[in-house]
Amino acid sequence: MATISSNLLFISFILYLVATLFFGGSIKSKKPGDEKQGTNKWGKIAVFLTIIGFISQLGYFITRWIAAGHAPVSNMFEFTTFFGMALVGAFIVIYFIYRTTLLGLFTMPVAILVIAYASMFPKDISPLIPALQSYWLHIHVTTAAIGEAILAISFAAGLIYLVKAIDQTKSSKQTFWLEMVMFSLVAVIGFVAVSSIFSGLGFHEKFNWTDKHDNAAVLEYTMPALSGPHEGELVTKDGFKPLFEVPAFINAKKLNTVIWSLMAGLVIYGIIRLILRKRIAAALKPIVKNIKLDFVDEISYRSVLIGFPVFTLGALIFAMIWAQMAWSRFWGWDPKEVWALITWLFYAAFLHLRLSKGWHGEKSAWLAVIGFVIIMFNLVAVNLVIAGLHSYAG
Amino acid sequence: MNDVKCECGHVNPHGTVLCEACGKELIIQTNTDQLIDMRYEGSARRSQTYNKTIIDKIWNFFSSVKVGVWLIIITLIASSLGTILPQEMYIDLPADVYYEQEYGWFGKLYYQLGFNNLYGSWWYLVLIAMIGISLVICSLDRVVPLYKALKAQRVTRHEGFLKRQRVFGVNEAASESDFSTVKKRLQERRYHIREENGDILAEKGRFSRWGPYVNHVGLIIFLFGGMLRFIPGMYVNEDLWVREGETAVVPETDGQFYLQNNKFILEHYDKNKDKTFEKAIDKAGEVVKNYQSNVVLYKRVGQNLPGEKPTLKKVKDYKVRVNLPLTYEGYSVFQASFRNELNKMAFGLTNKQTNKSMGELTIDLRDPKMKYDLGNGYSVEILNYFPDFEFAENGEPATKSRVPNNPAFVFRMVTPDKPKGETSFVAIKQTIEPFGDNQYKMAFKGIETTNVSGFIVRKDATLWVIIIGGIIFMIGVIQGAYWNHRRIWLQNKNGEVWIAAHTNKNWYGIKREIESVLADTNLNMPIDQAQIEETDKGGV
Repeated sequence: MATISSNLLFISFILYLVATLFFGGSIKSKKPGDEKQGTNKWGKIAVFLTIIGFISQLGYFITRWIAAGHAPVSNMFEFTTFFGMALVGAFIVIYFIYRTTLLGLFTMPVAILVIAYASMFPKDISPLIPALQSYWLHIHVTTAAIGEAILAISFAAGLIYLVKAIDQTKSSKQTFWLEMVMFSLVAVIGFVAVSSIFSGLGFHEKFNWTDKHDNAAVLEYTMPALSGPHEGELVTKDGFKPLFEVPAFINAKKLNTVIWSLMAGLVIYGIIRLILRKRIAAALKPIVKNIKLDFVDEISYRSVLIGFPVFTLGALIFAMIWAQMAWSRFWGWDPKEVWALITWLFYAAFLHLRLSKGWHGEKSAWLAVIGFVIIMFNLVAVNLVIAGLHSYAG
Repeated sequence: MNDVKCECGHVNPHGTVLCEACGKELIIQTNTDQLIDMRYEGSARRSQTYNKTIIDKIWNFFSSVKVGVWLIIITLIASSLGTILPQEMYIDLPADVYYEQEYGWFGKLYYQLGFNNLYGSWWYLVLIAMIGISLVICSLDRVVPLYKALKAQRVTRHEGFLKRQRVFGVNEAASESDFSTVKKRLQERRYHIREENGDILAEKGRFSRWGPYVNHVGLIIFLFGGMLRFIPGMYVNEDLWVREGETAVVPETDGQFYLQNNKFILEHYDKNKDKTFEKAIDKAGEVVKNYQSNVVLYKRVGQNLPGEKPTLKKVKDYKVRVNLPLTYEGYSVFQASFRNELNKMAFGLTNKQTNKSMGELTIDLRDPKMKYDLGNGYSVEILNYFPDFEFAENGEPATKSRVPNNPAFVFRMVTPDKPKGETSFVAIKQTIEPFGDNQYKMAFKGIETTNVSGFIVRKDATLWVIIIGGIIFMIGVIQGAYWNHRRIWLQNKNGEVWIAAHTNKNWYGIKREIESVLADTNLNMPIDQAQIEETDKGGV
C-alpha cells in the first residue's frame, strides 16, 4: 500500500509538471482578448491534466492513510505534500470561478516546488505520539492547510499583478523585491537540487563536536560541511573539511544546508539570467500582457476572502479545540500558535486596508506576497528553527 | 447641529455625504467626474462629523481604521518577538539563569527587555485591550449610520449618484417586455425587487454588510471571555502528582474530590508489531504510544472535618490518556506527565571483615520506621533521614524537599559485638563514619521505584463565553466573506433607461450576473468605469 501511495504521488508530480507546460502553451497561443474569452485547447488539456494529477495525489493521500492508519499530515513531508495538494485543489476551484489559465501557470510551479521541497524530508510513515492521537489531527491540520492554500492563490495572483504592473525598463525598489521573490522560488529549486544530488551520491560525514552545554556530541552531515560545528572534529576519513566553524548555539548543519541551497540557487539563477539576459520578472512580462490588472487584483482579493474564514476555522478555532483536549489549554503561546495568530492578524490587516484605506492593486498585491512569506515562514522556519510543541520535523 | 434636507425631501442627519434616500451628494468631496465613494453609503459617521470635545477626540482616534490597522500591525510584530526564544513557561530553569546561559548576551538582553514573558506583559495586554476598544468604537461608528442609510434608501436615485457608480450604462429606450424579462431574471437570481414609478431597485445579500460587525461582536465576546479568567473561581489550573496506588485530594475543589491512581502505563511502539512504522522507529529510537493513568474518582460524602478521615463515594473509573481527559462537574483531569520516583531502598547489615550479611531491611522512603529489628540481637535504628539530601551552606546535611530524590540516612547499627551501636552516614554512593572505623556497614542492596502520574487539574468556566464568541465570529466572517451585497438600479431618466450597479465586492461576479440578466434584451451591458479609468502601466 505504501508503494502504491508513493507511486501515485510521483505520477501526480509528473502530471503537474506537464500541466504547467500546457498552461504555458495556452498563454502563448492565446490571441489578445479579455477575460470573457474561453479557454483554448491547450488550456483545456492543462486543466484536465491538473485534475487528473490532483486525483492521483488524492489517491496517494488515501492509500497512505490506509497504510498508516492515520491521515498523512503528521510530519513535515506529509504536511507539506498535503499543502501542495491543497494548493492545486484551491487553484482548480478558483479556476472554475474565473477561468483563467494564467493563474495556473503561476500556481502550478509553486505547488510543484512545495511538493518537491516536501519530498526532501524523511518519507517514512511515522507512528503518532500520544498528543497527536486524535481525530482533530485530521480536522485541524487539513483545514488549516486548505486555508493556507487558498490564501496562497492570492500570492500567485498578486505575483501576476506585480509582473504586469511593475515597470521593468528601469530598476527600482519594486523590481528588486519582485526579483527577490523570483530568486526565493529559484532557491527552493536550489535546495531540492543539492539535497537530491548529495543524497543520490550517498554523502555522509561525521563530526565529534561540543554543544552549548559543553557536552561532547556527534553530528552527521549529509552535505559537505561548509559550516562546521563548534569545536568540530571530522571523524569520517576523506571527509570534506569545514571552511569555517560556527558558535555552539547556531545549528551548524542547518546553516550548512541553507548555504548550499542559496549557492545552488544563485548558480541556477545566474544561468537563467544568462539565458534570458533580463530579470526573470521582465521575461515573464509578455506572458501576462493579455490579462487585465483589476481582474487579477480581484482574484487575489477574492482568494483572501475565501481563504480567511477557512484559515481562521482550521488554524485557530479547531486548533484551540484540540489544544484544549490535548494540552489542557486552548492557547499556550507556542511558536506555531503565535505564528498562526500573526498570519491571521496579517490577513485581517490586509482586509481592513483594502476595505477602508482603498489599498487596491499594487499595494494589495505586495501584501498578498508578504502574506505568503509569513505562511511559508510558519511552515518552514517555525518547524525547523524555532523549537516548540509543533516541531514535527527533524 | 442641524439636519440636512435633501432636494428629494429626505431629512438626513448632520454630516451625511450622500443623501440616504436618493444618493445625491450633499457634501462635495470628489470631482464630479470621479466615481462616488460608496463606503458606508456616505452616511453620517460620528467620527467624521464631530471633533470638539475630548470624548470626540478619543472616539475619533479609536474609530479610525488606520489606527486599528496600526494596532494590529504592532501586535503582530510584538507577537513575533516572543517566538525568537522560548517563553518562560516552556523552560525548566529559572529565567534569570536560563536565557543568559543558553543564548549568551542576546538571551540576557531578551530577559532584561522582559520578552521572556512577553504575552503576559502589561504592555501586550494594553495592546490587546486597545484592539478591543477599537473593535467596539469602529463598529458602532459605522454600523448605526450604515443601517439607517440602507434602510432609508429609495428606489429612484439621483442622476449624479447613478452616473458615478462604477458599473453604469445608458440605453436609448427599453420595451415593457424587456423590463419584465429583466425583472423575472433578477427574481430568479434571488434579488429582492422594489419598484417606484417604473424604476427598479434590485438588491440582494444586504445581510452580508453586517458580517464585519457580527464578527467584531464575536471577537469582543471572545476577548471578554479571556478577561473573565482573572475573576477568582472562574479558572483553576493546578498540577497534581499522584503515586501509583495512592489517593490524593483534587486541589481547588474544597476537598470535594479525590483521585486514586491505580496504575500508570507507558507504552512504546513495537517495531515488530507495528511493521508499517519499522523504519521510522529505527530512526527515532523509541516512540511513545501511550501515556495512561488508570484512576478512580471519588467524591466526599458529608462534611469535611479536620483531622478526620473523609468518607468517599466512588464516582467513576477512568483511563486518563492524552487527548482523553477525565471530566466531571466542570473539572477536567488531564494526563500531563509522569515521573519515576524512588520508593524503597534495601540494605544489608554487613560485617566489613567477613562480608557476611546479618540480615536485610527494606526502608519505605515515604514512611521509614525508627527501628528495624533483624533478630539475634541485630538491629538498625534510623537516627536521621534526609529524603532529598544536600549539604546546607553551613556544611550540615539538610534536605531540599520531602520527595525522596536523593535519600540519605544516619544509621545506628546495634550488634551483639557493639551493643552501644555504631553510627554511619549513608547516602547514594557515599558513606561517612563520623566516629572512626566501624566494624559493620550498611551495604546497599537495591532500590524499588514507583510511577507517579502528573495530572493537570483544570476548571475553566470562561470556556463557554469563548466558544460563543468564536462561533459568532465565524458566522460573521462567513457572512461577510461568502455573500456579497449587490444592487442593480434600472431607472428611467430623461427618456432613457439607465442601468447602474454596485456591489461591496466581487465585481467580476456582478458583471457576469448583469450580463446574463440582460442577455437577449435590447438593453446593453453597462460599462465598468473603473476599468476605463485605469490605464495599464508599462505594458510590453
